[in-house]
Amino acid sequence: MAGFNKVVHSYAEAMAGLENNMTIIAGGFGLCGIPEGLIAQIKTMGTTGLTVVSNNCGVDGFGLGLLLEQKQIKKMISSYVGENALFEQQLLNGELEVELTPQGTLAEKMRAGGAGIPAFYTATGYGTPVSEGKEVREFNGRPYIMEESITGDFAIVKAWKADRYGNCVYRHTAQNFNPMAATAGKITVLEVEELVEPGELSPSQIHTPGIYVDRVIVGQFEKRIERKVLSSSL
Amino acid sequence: MALNREQIAKRVAQEFCDGDYINLGIGIPTLAANYVPKGIEVMLQSENGLLGMGAYPTEEQVDADMINAGKETVTAATGASIFSSAESFAMIRGGHVDLTVLGAFEVDSQGNIASWMIPGKLIKGMGGAMDLVAGARNIIVTMTHADKHGNSKLLEACTLPLTGVNCINRIITDLAVLEVKDGAFHLLERAPGVSVEEIVSKTAGKLIVKETTPEMQV
Repeated sequence: MAGFNKVVHSYAEAMAGLENNMTIIAGGFGLCGIPEGLIAQIKTMGTTGLTVVSNNCGVDGFGLGLLLEQKQIKKMISSYVGENALFEQQLLNGELEVELTPQGTLAEKMRAGGAGIPAFYTATGYGTPVSEGKEVREFNGRPYIMEESITGDFAIVKAWKADRYGNCVYRHTAQNFNPMAATAGKITVLEVEELVEPGELSPSQIHTPGIYVDRVIVGQFEKRIERKVLSSSL
Repeated sequence: MALNREQIAKRVAQEFCDGDYINLGIGIPTLAANYVPKGIEVMLQSENGLLGMGAYPTEEQVDADMINAGKETVTAATGASIFSSAESFAMIRGGHVDLTVLGAFEVDSQGNIASWMIPGKLIKGMGGAMDLVAGARNIIVTMTHADKHGNSKLLEACTLPLTGVNCINRIITDLAVLEVKDGAFHLLERAPGVSVEEIVSKTAGKLIVKETTPEMQV
């Protein structure tokens, strides 16, 4: 046993135990704050039949879009998937299933999943196709629908700095879904820009406490920008 | 004359109040950020986890870790805070965001909105729109009054799958400003030079018109 030293030194170790038909929860919003190396490792492993829970599905040739190339994803649970042609093609061919989920409900499903809450009520989606087949209950005169939480066999998370305990911080809006994803995996793997010495991160500023984290790997990131807009281009 | 995109955005910005926390959707709503009335302070919320969205960056300021909900590079304004998606939607769903402005395909006289899905066409997803219409205290829809074939987008009942029910308070189109209440559209203002008759002819849902309808100031 390594005690609280969760650092692993290869992507193979980082994703060890991933099997066909598992569910993976992935942090990231668009291409911002995605665990690039862990996604590439899943591609290398060739694991198939995956259910992937992520706000988006990358773009053609980058991010989770990479896993579409070898048809590794069976089902996506996302709020918005409009950024890649391959996704569209596989969806229309019936090779891929998609469960569109409102963004706040998706975040809350992960948060609740990680917090041991099996379901919750929300007004979001009431009276829309999202509410079909779901329990409706009134509180204080307003109807709410019941949404079930989500947990995954793996959670893949991108953080900025972490220590060997798995305590970590996220940088700017690369935080997004990562903190909730980190809580919702049976095995949570952090891919980080920088490994710091324990004590370097102020305990009162930790975003995700190490208790949620099983493995930490230092990655190399391309950090591709999806839409570069400059003040001068307006 | 019907308003252009910038004029609609300008009229939208007149709805902003000092101290408002505001979420602006993609397109015309985002343009409204350029016309915040002088002398008031508002803070823009971007649902990917940024409260206090600033201007687009200069080349030197570009940072891949700093984007808005439209996945565009942005900066943080003074007084900004950055947080997780769960926190972001907690403030949206908890009713802490004062105003949401978003586009739509259709709105009906019950205040229902359809904005995310056209059956038979590829469905890309609702993103945060369903959360925003369920949670914001005040919701304004911006859209053209009619589609490019002249069909009204202000209906008795939406025909497309809904984004939310009984949630739209106000609509700002290229022709008019309308309020939605008691099962009808109420005409408040008309675009400069646009006649009440034209607005009536392009509004399919029940429309209440007062004796006089002032022109918008844009």
